[in-house]
Amino acid sequence: MSELISSKIQQNPKYLQLASRRGRLAWTLSAIVCVIFYGFILMVAFTPDIITAPISASSVIPLGLPLGVAVILVCCVLTGLYVYQSNQVYDPMFEEIVRGASK
Amino acid sequence: MKALKTTLLSLLASVALLAADLACAADAPAAAPPTNWSAIIMFLVFVAITLGITYWAATHTKTATDFYAAGRGITGFQNGLAIAGDYMSAASFLGIASLVYFNGFYGLIYSVGWLVGWPVILFLIAERLRNLGKYTYADVAAFRLKQGPVRTMAAIGSLIVVIWYLIGQAVGAGQLLHTLVPEMSYRSSIVIVGALIIIYVTFGGMKATTWVQIIKAGLLLGGATLMAIGVMAHVGFSFEKLFSDAVNAHPKHLEIMKSVVPIGAKPNPIESISLGLTLMFGTAGLPHILMRFFTVTDAKAARKSVLYGTCFIGYFYILTFIIGFGAIVLVANNPAYVADITKSVLNLRGGGNMPAVYLSHAIGGDLFLGFIAAVAFATILAVVSGLTLAGASALSHDIYANVIMKGKSTEKQEVWVSKLSVIGLGIIAVLLGIAFEKQNVAYIVALTFSVAACTNFPILVMSVFWQGLTTRGAVTGGYVGIVGVIVLLTLGPTVWTKVLDMGPAIFPFDFPTFFLLPVVLIVTYVVSVTDGSESAKKERALFAAQKVRSETGLGSEVAAAH
Repeated sequence: MSELISSKIQQNPKYLQLASRRGRLAWTLSAIVCVIFYGFILMVAFTPDIITAPISASSVIPLGLPLGVAVILVCCVLTGLYVYQSNQVYDPMFEEIVRGASK
Repeated sequence: MKALKTTLLSLLASVALLAADLACAADAPAAAPPTNWSAIIMFLVFVAITLGITYWAATHTKTATDFYAAGRGITGFQNGLAIAGDYMSAASFLGIASLVYFNGFYGLIYSVGWLVGWPVILFLIAERLRNLGKYTYADVAAFRLKQGPVRTMAAIGSLIVVIWYLIGQAVGAGQLLHTLVPEMSYRSSIVIVGALIIIYVTFGGMKATTWVQIIKAGLLLGGATLMAIGVMAHVGFSFEKLFSDAVNAHPKHLEIMKSVVPIGAKPNPIESISLGLTLMFGTAGLPHILMRFFTVTDAKAARKSVLYGTCFIGYFYILTFIIGFGAIVLVANNPAYVADITKSVLNLRGGGNMPAVYLSHAIGGDLFLGFIAAVAFATILAVVSGLTLAGASALSHDIYANVIMKGKSTEKQEVWVSKLSVIGLGIIAVLLGIAFEKQNVAYIVALTFSVAACTNFPILVMSVFWQGLTTRGAVTGGYVGIVGVIVLLTLGPTVWTKVLDMGPAIFPFDFPTFFLLPVVLIVTYVVSVTDGSESAKKERALFAAQKVRSETGLGSEVAAAH
């Protein structure tokens, strides 16, 4: 039964389009996280003078510290973005497709 | 009912064990430091509550799905807390605080690196894992491939991670308890941890494990928050003052703000990148973490649980940073905590993991120290429970039920083997923990995270996303990862030079991921595309149906009715 539904869904152009849309979102967000994190790591690796420079002349706090905290916060925000988009927007559309195929 | 009776007996046995240790504590010679009763009482309260939960969980654990996956009835929020409880190990609580205490800025790389794996888990893995798998990540890796070889490879990868992670936790538990309650020996500390774990997991399965992790996460987040507030109150809630006080207090002064590698080590760009890769992708390949996604009702809840988990873990890592710098200000230079102030103002009594523990004493005296010590103990118990269950499920669900019995065993037999595996793993953890007491275990994080990053993670992602993957490719790539990590770590600076004392390292990096991950990906790719066998064609043809299930949840495991 579920094999039959599955083969119907596989042919459905709406499903293919939706799957590739969500896939694109997932891979784009992964790429953003990687660019941000490896940007941070590459600064640590190749420009330690910049990342450990004090944030102001009177301060001992290195620039990397607020940057690191920002990486953590951005990760939380992007996670929330994906969960919202996937749970609120994509899931109902996928459910619709499965319902259509189950008829 | 038989199981319940046994539970009661075990409860009594463990209480007797604790009582015996307390009796030893009471007989201690007067010269020893005063027994920290608040710590002991809080340990006992935590143990009593968790045993009570185990008793409840045991009465509600009837099927294999209950045992491995808590009946798939855990909500997104609960699982988010449990994920945090499973992931925030003693290594991240005591370890990052200690890294910051000794090396300053360098510790931040770990805080950030251990968090950035989470978004990747969410975007690429969590919902697909929930939709495709049953109890272990090998279910997903072997979904359309040959069960025997793929599961064997995946189970070996899981077990290496689990057993070494267990050793690290056991050694940490032994040292911590022994330092806090000197009358309790290193060995009996480890035996208590082992006994409690066996009770939690064999009787309560995933339900008890989940609740132990949830309670622990609450305690740890609360404890770390109080500690960070204590530190900030000390410096008048000024970050500027916190960091400038730390620079003044630390013997290396301003160097702690410029440390992109451990203080004293040479800057090494490739090692830094490799460390980043290992922390990020290793997180996404830890079997006990991946297993948590099978406990929730559906893919929606799986996603939500990562959001909650990421926020809790991110918040916690920001706190550990304040705690680490706070320890430089309040613990270093303090003769009450420093081992020998004439030699070093940093090295503490009880070893390198103690800065956070002494900081709690500096802030809130014996009572707060007792609380934080109990939290650290709870942390170890929660992480070890999750690990043991993940290891046992690899042995019973993958090796026994699917490789040896080829799927013909009954659910009852499988759970029975699983419980035996829990007991076996618990005993192994205790024995290895005792054997490794005086060993240098600094390579454990590198080993476990490297195996996870170079084997579990790439094979899992390729099996879910790449139609071309075949059994031959997955198995060859997986073993290249496992063997590669072991060989390169053995030849690397930590093991070759420091542990084995064989002179300069042959492989000059501590973290092999930078080299090995691309090798694993290329090998898996080449071996898969050159696989022209009939079975490979079938495996590729099955991808379309797998994709539908992974995207829509059609046909995925449903939550138990109760």
